[in-house]
Amino acid sequence: MPVSPGAPPVEVRDGSVAIGGRPILRGIDLTVRSGEFLALMGANGSGKSTLVRAITGLLPTTGGGISLFGTPYADFRDWKRVGFVPQRASAASGVPATVWEVVASGRITRRRPFLPLSREDRRAIADAIDVVGLSDSTGLGVSQLSGGQQQRVLIARALAGEPDLLVLDEPTAGVDLGNQRALADALATFKAGGATIVLVAHELGPMAPLIDRAVVMRDGRIAYDGPALDEEDAHGHHHPLAASHDHVPHVGSPLDELGGGR
Amino acid sequence: MSDFVDLFSLPFMQRALLAALLTGLAAPAIGTFLVQRRLALLGDGIGHVAVTGVAIGLLTNTSPTWTAVVVAILGAVLIEVIRERGHTNGDVALALLFYGGLAGGVLITGLAGQGAARLQEYLFGSLTSITAGDVWFTFGLTVVLLVTTLGLLPQLFAVSSDPDFARVAGLRVRLYNLLIAVLAAVTVTVAMRTVGLLLVSALMVVPVATAQQLARSFRTTIAGAMVVGVLAALGGLLLSAALSFRATVAPGPTIVLLALAMFASTWPIGVWLRRRRRMLSPFASVEVATHTVTDEHPHQHGTDCGHPAVPHADHVDYVHDGHRHAVHGEHYDEH
Repeated sequence: MPVSPGAPPVEVRDGSVAIGGRPILRGIDLTVRSGEFLALMGANGSGKSTLVRAITGLLPTTGGGISLFGTPYADFRDWKRVGFVPQRASAASGVPATVWEVVASGRITRRRPFLPLSREDRRAIADAIDVVGLSDSTGLGVSQLSGGQQQRVLIARALAGEPDLLVLDEPTAGVDLGNQRALADALATFKAGGATIVLVAHELGPMAPLIDRAVVMRDGRIAYDGPALDEEDAHGHHHPLAASHDHVPHVGSPLDELGGGR
Repeated sequence: MSDFVDLFSLPFMQRALLAALLTGLAAPAIGTFLVQRRLALLGDGIGHVAVTGVAIGLLTNTSPTWTAVVVAILGAVLIEVIRERGHTNGDVALALLFYGGLAGGVLITGLAGQGAARLQEYLFGSLTSITAGDVWFTFGLTVVLLVTTLGLLPQLFAVSSDPDFARVAGLRVRLYNLLIAVLAAVTVTVAMRTVGLLLVSALMVVPVATAQQLARSFRTTIAGAMVVGVLAALGGLLLSAALSFRATVAPGPTIVLLALAMFASTWPIGVWLRRRRRMLSPFASVEVATHTVTDEHPHQHGTDCGHPAVPHADHVDYVHDGHRHAVHGEHYDEH
């Protein structure tokens, strides 16, 4: 997979994000280098998902700037270079869909409206399903699969677009060990092709050996940025994390007392 | 019986059949995406808003069809904006428009001095009073709708199944959501003359629910829904025509009830299919050290022994009475 040298896939300079006027992320400086596997870690409510949503453009930044592949976010149009695995419990929606159909929808980044799938598209879809090890289940409905298998479908969907940068928001949450291993294998294959990976995770599990760099968030700021840590170091007794608070504003209605009912 | 056959030579019946066919195709096509977005009642909300549109047409002595199209599109866009911008739930946004649309419609029809009978044509459909112009109008809208929904199926599928993913894939999600809302509004007005504004949502949702019982892929669901829609629309019209010699049977409600009957008859099949699929889905291959042999086992398992054969790693387990029996040489293992 060609990766343009020089331009880092993700560059955040003094980035800040506010939701509903409340500052959530402040002073984020983060450069993800080409070919790097970066793990974004931290407690619940530390802002790791918010940062990923800002990088992918799902949340606007209120200050600073984000560049993707050297292009400022406002001018960035090359979305086929970015693959995204949103935080979802299930790959199913209101209407049945097969594994193949869900993965094929990831090819949307490289398709033009009103044109059928090309041979190249079909190959990429088959490859993506193969990488996550679901080749035997292409015709099954996604709702029939287990939660872990559905996460693998979501990753295959992002891989079908053959991105240079893959951003995953907690794909391992609530996934059993066997499926976590399958996820790690898929990411290892993908990384071997020279691609860049940003993974939001609570715990690394089988992914740990793949991680090049860990960034730990705490209360909307970057608390650690360096080589991968043992889980013991990130979460354990060396750095006792303050009791986490979530970022949901505790707004009361006119009839409610503020701060009550928490 | 010959009276019934003679019906087909009547121009109004031919027009009605064409309109029913087109509606049966169009409504489930867009309805599939509404069900996928879990906005099954959107068609109903737009239908209620369109009542106000019809009333404005009656008040101003212009074509109620065109005023209904305009007001329905405005209503659909409004629902979409409320849903996206406000922190109101989709269903609350719908409810607000339900009541506003219906109350406005009845009020304005009163102001126009028109009786309830005139409004009823639009509320419950009047297939048999359709003009040639109405049929052409329906035809044009159906073509636009089918070309857009089927041509943009991959895009609409991506947006409806996972909006966050679609946005990061570079799709303009808001635009596609608006497109779905506008297409739904157009469908509502197309189906207005066939089944009526209050029942239009049934043709968008019930065929999809029916197809879902038997399908496991999106394509089969949308194609199946269109088949069910056409069967229900044509069948309902013919049934009501056949019965009309004995009693007053309105085509609109007959079409909807027929669609519901089709759902009711496929439901048990769907339950059985899902149960069977779950039953036969492979067991996880986990290495187990222990080797448990069955007790005396007089029954000979085989491909047609009647017990479900479920794939398990490199062999099959035969399932009966809570046991999983795997062939091992001369005996069976408990797996």
